[in-house]
Amino acid sequence: MASSPPAIVAENLTKSFGQTHALRGVSLDVPEGSVLALLGPNGAGKTTTVRILTTLSKPNSGRASVAGFDVLQHPHEVRRRIGVTGQYAALDELLTGRENLEMIGRLYRMPTAATKTRAAELLERFRLTDAANRIVKTYSGGMRRRLDLAASLMSQPPVLFLDEPTTGLDPRSRMEMWALLQELVAGGSTLLLTTQYLEEADLLADDIAVVDHGLIIARGTADQLKSQIGGERIELTLPAGTDLDAVARLLAGRFSGEPNIDSEARTVTAPVALSTGLTTTIASELHAQGIELDAAAILRPTLDDVFLTLTGHAAEDEQTENAA
Amino acid sequence: MLSDSWDLVKRNLRHIMRTPELLLDVTVQPIMFVILFRYVFGGAIDVQGGSYVNYLMAGIFVQTITFSMMATGILLANDLQKGLIDRFRSLPMNASAILAARTLTDLLRAMLAVVIMIIVGLAVGFRPDGDVVHWAGAIGLMLLFGFAVAWIGVLTGMLVRTPEAAQGAMFIFVMPLTFASSAFVPTDTMPRVLRAFTEHQPLTLVINTVRAWILGNSAGSDAWQSLAWSLGILIVFFPLAIVIYRKRTTD
Repeated sequence: MASSPPAIVAENLTKSFGQTHALRGVSLDVPEGSVLALLGPNGAGKTTTVRILTTLSKPNSGRASVAGFDVLQHPHEVRRRIGVTGQYAALDELLTGRENLEMIGRLYRMPTAATKTRAAELLERFRLTDAANRIVKTYSGGMRRRLDLAASLMSQPPVLFLDEPTTGLDPRSRMEMWALLQELVAGGSTLLLTTQYLEEADLLADDIAVVDHGLIIARGTADQLKSQIGGERIELTLPAGTDLDAVARLLAGRFSGEPNIDSEARTVTAPVALSTGLTTTIASELHAQGIELDAAAILRPTLDDVFLTLTGHAAEDEQTENAA
Repeated sequence: MLSDSWDLVKRNLRHIMRTPELLLDVTVQPIMFVILFRYVFGGAIDVQGGSYVNYLMAGIFVQTITFSMMATGILLANDLQKGLIDRFRSLPMNASAILAARTLTDLLRAMLAVVIMIIVGLAVGFRPDGDVVHWAGAIGLMLLFGFAVAWIGVLTGMLVRTPEAAQGAMFIFVMPLTFASSAFVPTDTMPRVLRAFTEHQPLTLVINTVRAWILGNSAGSDAWQSLAWSLGILIVFFPLAIVIYRKRTTD
């Protein structure tokens, strides 16, 4: 049985803005019906990649195609088949929620009657029916994001791009968004999602591609990535004046990797293979040396952990580095 | 292209209905000018036969249309600043529809302005003698000129960074053009050096033509020159605006 071509393909995309090299050769592919998360900090090149794939930006070199059409040769065909949601909700503030959706439907060349039914459907599904006839200016941040997502779904596109869909949302809105996105994923669309949160990528994506300084540095499922970074970490907070290096050396046998010392926060953080009972064991060992802990915590893996393991540096904001 | 433009015109009209301040420049402002010039200055201006108010109205019509071109640029600059343009660009819609919709919406505003001005003029003593054909010609010329000049507004809106800058930039040339013309005073009352400019600039020619026609007179060569200027401006600025729009929205 022949498999269908990938819904999204990028080959060696490069893009520079003046002295800033946003993309240095990004390649990826997303099989039809699957979800890929592009994971990386600010400035890594996630948004630039999405902009190129959604025909908003042209690469300096490289090729890309979406839903079978080359983004440079046939941008119009690509646009007919995609929905896009950005970090900053792209809505008309002076129109109502309903008017925004209907207008976008019309601009997708949907017949007027269809835009009205579809808009009503989406407003209901995204719990915006009560606010549907109020102008978007009156909406909260969470409501705007939901409306923005609804707008990207008006034409039921086969391929969806979500650029940092939950960044900046409060925890409750983030949960709501995740529930909606999970439903979407279950429906069979192809999704490319960008995010700074490993948790989000883990929850929503089949596959994760880690982006750092304009390159994909790792690709795999969430489980594969987490096994690479050893999963959990233990964070020990020690009283002022404690020799942190000595503590790290002392406990080296308990750690499954190099510890990270933060003298300002007075913490020693290190990956651990098995966290059960570890806190008690460590506390006893330190106590035996006359060292008391201020606090101990088991941390779930974060983007920083992924980066520390893969690149040796933390996933700090990359914009200033790029500009140098 | 047409259906895209129409959808966007509807959007623009909704904006105007929800932000009535956007209509100030085609309602309150021209009414103030009519009253100012008709009653405050009018008595001191000699127009060599004929009442001042009859002389004035053509100038008010054309001035209002020219000023409203500033709004085109400002509103477009405003749209460009926002994320909505990115959404439009990722949709399978015609890229230039947003420009067409802007200029068409503003043409509708200009028509509204003319209607209001006629009513106000009649209320302060304006008595036009032109027949229907001449009036049709005058309105046609005003709309053509307004449409052409709107593309200068579009271009300015795209060349500057913010709506405020758009307003400033256009004010600098729209103000002298409307005042150094035959809108409020006959150009032969101006010093010779200035006349070289005022007698030949497009606003004077359009105003003279409109004035002649609405009062039932012949406009002579001014009519042809007005037409030539209007078409000339359109032919230069329309494609230029589209090119700059493409450049500005591609990265």
